[in-house]
Amino acid sequence: MRVLVCVKRVPAPGAKINITADGQAVDTAYLAFTTSPHEECAVEAAVQLVEQHGGESTVLTLGPAEADEQLRYAASIGVNKAVLLPITENDWDPQRTAAAIATAIRDLESADGAFDLVLFGNESADSGNFQVGVRVAHALARPIVNGIKGIEVQGDTIRAKRESDAGVEVYAVPTPCVLGVKEGINLPRYPTLKGRLASKKVDVAQVSPQGDAGGQQMVTLLQAAEQVSQTVMLGTGPEAAPAVVDLLEELGLLK
Amino acid sequence: MSEVPAKAKVVVIGAGIVGNCLVGHLSRLGWTDMVLLDKGPLPNPGGSTGHASNFIFPTDHNKEMAFLTVDSQNQYIDHGLNNTCGGIEVAREPQRLEEFKRRMTSAKAWGIDARLVTPGEIKEMVPFINEEILLGGYYTPSVSVVDSLATGTRMREEAVNAGNLTVFANTEVLDVETEDVPGGLPKVTAVLTDRGRIEADHVVIACGVWSPRIAAMAGAHIPLTPAVHQMADVGPIDVLVESNKELAYPIIRDMDTFCYERQSAGSMEVGSYAHRPILMRPDDIPSNQAAALTPTELPLTYEDFDPQMEQAIELMEMLGDAEIKYAINGLLSLTPDANPVLGETVEVRNLWSAAAVWIKEGPGIAQLVAEWMTFGYPHMCDPHGSDIARFYPHEKTEWHINARCNEHFNKTYGIVHPREQWASQRGVRRSPFYLREEALGATFFDARGWERPQWYSSNEKLQAKFPDAFTPRTHEWDARWWNPVTNAEHLQMRESVGMVDLTAFNEFDFEGPKAMEFLQWVCVNNVDVAVGRSVYTPLLTEHGGFRSDLTIQRLGQHHYRVITGAFDGGRDNYWFNKCLEQFNAQHGLGSCTFTDRSQAYCTVGVWGPNAAATMAKITTDHTTAAYDLSQEGFPYGAVREVIINGVPCTMFRISYVGENGWEIYTRMEHGLQLWDAIWDAGQEFEIIPVGIGVYAVTGRIEKGYRLMGAELESEYNPVEAGLARPKVKSADFIGKAAYLAARDETPAAIMCTLSMDSQRCADGYDRFPTGGNEPILTLAGDRIVDSKGRVSRVTTAGAGPSVGKYLLLAYLPPEHAVVGTKLQVMYMNETYPVTVEVAGPTPLFDPTDARMKS
Repeated sequence: MRVLVCVKRVPAPGAKINITADGQAVDTAYLAFTTSPHEECAVEAAVQLVEQHGGESTVLTLGPAEADEQLRYAASIGVNKAVLLPITENDWDPQRTAAAIATAIRDLESADGAFDLVLFGNESADSGNFQVGVRVAHALARPIVNGIKGIEVQGDTIRAKRESDAGVEVYAVPTPCVLGVKEGINLPRYPTLKGRLASKKVDVAQVSPQGDAGGQQMVTLLQAAEQVSQTVMLGTGPEAAPAVVDLLEELGLLK
Repeated sequence: MSEVPAKAKVVVIGAGIVGNCLVGHLSRLGWTDMVLLDKGPLPNPGGSTGHASNFIFPTDHNKEMAFLTVDSQNQYIDHGLNNTCGGIEVAREPQRLEEFKRRMTSAKAWGIDARLVTPGEIKEMVPFINEEILLGGYYTPSVSVVDSLATGTRMREEAVNAGNLTVFANTEVLDVETEDVPGGLPKVTAVLTDRGRIEADHVVIACGVWSPRIAAMAGAHIPLTPAVHQMADVGPIDVLVESNKELAYPIIRDMDTFCYERQSAGSMEVGSYAHRPILMRPDDIPSNQAAALTPTELPLTYEDFDPQMEQAIELMEMLGDAEIKYAINGLLSLTPDANPVLGETVEVRNLWSAAAVWIKEGPGIAQLVAEWMTFGYPHMCDPHGSDIARFYPHEKTEWHINARCNEHFNKTYGIVHPREQWASQRGVRRSPFYLREEALGATFFDARGWERPQWYSSNEKLQAKFPDAFTPRTHEWDARWWNPVTNAEHLQMRESVGMVDLTAFNEFDFEGPKAMEFLQWVCVNNVDVAVGRSVYTPLLTEHGGFRSDLTIQRLGQHHYRVITGAFDGGRDNYWFNKCLEQFNAQHGLGSCTFTDRSQAYCTVGVWGPNAAATMAKITTDHTTAAYDLSQEGFPYGAVREVIINGVPCTMFRISYVGENGWEIYTRMEHGLQLWDAIWDAGQEFEIIPVGIGVYAVTGRIEKGYRLMGAELESEYNPVEAGLARPKVKSADFIGKAAYLAARDETPAAIMCTLSMDSQRCADGYDRFPTGGNEPILTLAGDRIVDSKGRVSRVTTAGAGPSVGKYLLLAYLPPEHAVVGTKLQVMYMNETYPVTVEVAGPTPLFDPTDARMKS
């Protein structure tokens, strides 16, 4: 089967996220970049599906030239092909991003054949708009299910599972289709040294992104107020027990 | 947030391996009321200690670092936190096998068990290695991995449990406060933190990569830079998992690719010193909160690491299929000369640096600094190479630090020759004679920024006169950074006359009504000599070991000038300043003043049988009358103001090369005029320029003159060095009690001059030890260790062209320090027969000093 997985280059920050002086971006001077966690799982799912069913996997991103790193990372754990839609702005809005990706997918498919499955992460780790996957599916007129934590291929149908409060929902979706994958579906592997070295040789195809700006605009980023947590030592050893009991009672946890 | 105490005797900033062990050692030495701060959480506050690979390879060619490393390993053993696994340095290139022979020699000197192993033997110990690409290995069974965090925690808790220490983690230092002290350096007074202010008598900066930032808060410099060391943890790997041990296999150092592979339970840590130097600024290190991992575990820049991955796979194919679980650009501290930065800062009193320290030497250095703070100087070993006072102003600039660190980072696993010269930051200090020297074909060596001619190609013309002097050295290592023309310069100087550029000397002036009393207190020998006379004297630590040695000229009743060398000028400057502050506090400000006039004067030495005839042509007094340069009119050791070709100069009849002649001082701006006058006057005597190769090695060693940092260290006293005078002056001086005690004892070792009976190596040609701590062995091949535990080793080696022998200086215990005793020296893992020529200070060449004094 032919699987396409779409990823986004995002910063890997610590507990505190610094913002640039103009308020337009995260200060990434000493940060690494990564792929959103949901998307890491989507990449792992793509590799596993090809391992199980044969075929070919492709990773695609719309992002800065540096997003080459995320494409090669996907390649280093086993994705076969990589496509970069380079942009020079900080970020494109979800509508514009989705339009560009949908156009690129149509072009790729007209050249090499249809993708049986297009995978997205459930949402990106930085902007978290929850939109691009749905918009791409809509543009391609393909079914989409989000929040997926299990994928099983049965001929031309994919059985996709997602958790709900009531239990597990199982969807039978005809291919070609789109799935939004959620962290927990698998445990992504690390690249091996050989995988890392092989990924350097992967040819990253460049496709000019086409898409008109959408309605959503980022005005500014604001630093959230620092959450100060106060630690109170209740005591040490057995002498601390009464204070612990008092606290639990105060919190209404003892009846 | 709990508040910090208002007062403490000492505040230690930084709870890494150094800060933790330091408070433990200070507690053992009786310190109380201590506070330890760190901006990060415990037990891992996020500095370099937290991500270090924690292994110890004990062999080091440098005595100080070898001692501190072995001492530290023993401290880890005492804590039960030393896991011995052995280690093999492997060679891919032939020159590395030569380096292994040198390592075998250093291992012998320091008493470290080590042996050379074949590729097959390596394969037996490390079955997963590709021995086909290896030429051999250097195996050290005692190589270990230590638990630096647990050791630090223990030492910290020991001080806490003794009631001597309170600890504040997650506490940021905002300022280090100082106050001005009349007639002295500013003094540290308090540390301001985000939990409050602590008044402190002493503050220690043990902040690793952040140290320069904290020092700057007080107006001090700690010259280091944070730099990246790349490391990845890859696994799981079946063979390692199946070993079921943290460390089942020896650590491999792949020396020629500058990489290491160290088992960590089921995976392998691969580290590299091969990538491009990546330096940072302390202020650019992310905070604990903003860092994705810790502040010193930055994201790996893969493109720098990729070549090492390929080399690692080449060495251990299994690594190719291992997953990269953890990979960092780990930060560590680099200094301009790759040594630690220890001791009281030269800018702020009672502000201490304990920085640029690796895990392998952390506990030992912590003890050393604790002793330094307690006793005024360390007892365990001489901190010569690590002393923060060694740096001259230009060496503390970011410009210099970065240039030198960029240069030496890739030499971390490199093969570095003892005489190796820096390529960067050259030409920083040039004497007024530089242009002439350059025209004469000088090869310049660096002396703490000064460009000093080591030898002159113009003297190759002497080949016809002294053909034997030009015998080449067969082995490239022996000939590296050396030229046979040095031997010819030596012989021509001894036959006629030569001139030596000594501008790198430091000149310190002491003036004031109590200048004499001050110097009496600091120096061993009596400085109350007549005006126009000079004194050679050791300076001692309170413990009686060498702190320095230098000459002092009495220029006036209340005016002395100290002359000291380039390499120790910074340390001497610091010591005089510190002592003077104490002296003036007792005797009143202005009792004595100290002015560093080193930048005001240049110096040229003129020596040889024709030195007097040369100088007589151009030397006058202030009335243009010829100056009496005879031994009677201008005796040895005298200092005189003269005019040389119209230039006011100070002539000092002294010699470090054993010939009659003078050190001649003049103001920098007169330098070229002085040089040209001497040069012209000497033409009829075939005067030559003479390089430092003669001054510091061949001329010196024939006379057995001792050098600070080589023969003279705080571990040895003047009696052992053969520098004790018949009488001891009545005035009190620093180290007097220990000195008197040493004079009453049989010395545990005596400085000796030895000659090599044969230099012929197994391959049939002559070898020339470099003087890099080669061990002196008994005829049975055993190390020689004196009753104080000090090993006999070569402190200086060099040709003696006038005595026709290759000479070595070494301390020997009394039973071996007997003229005629036959011993051996090990060089490059071979032994050579040697004979004790002189026990004590008598020169081998011209034993009565007739050439200098008659």
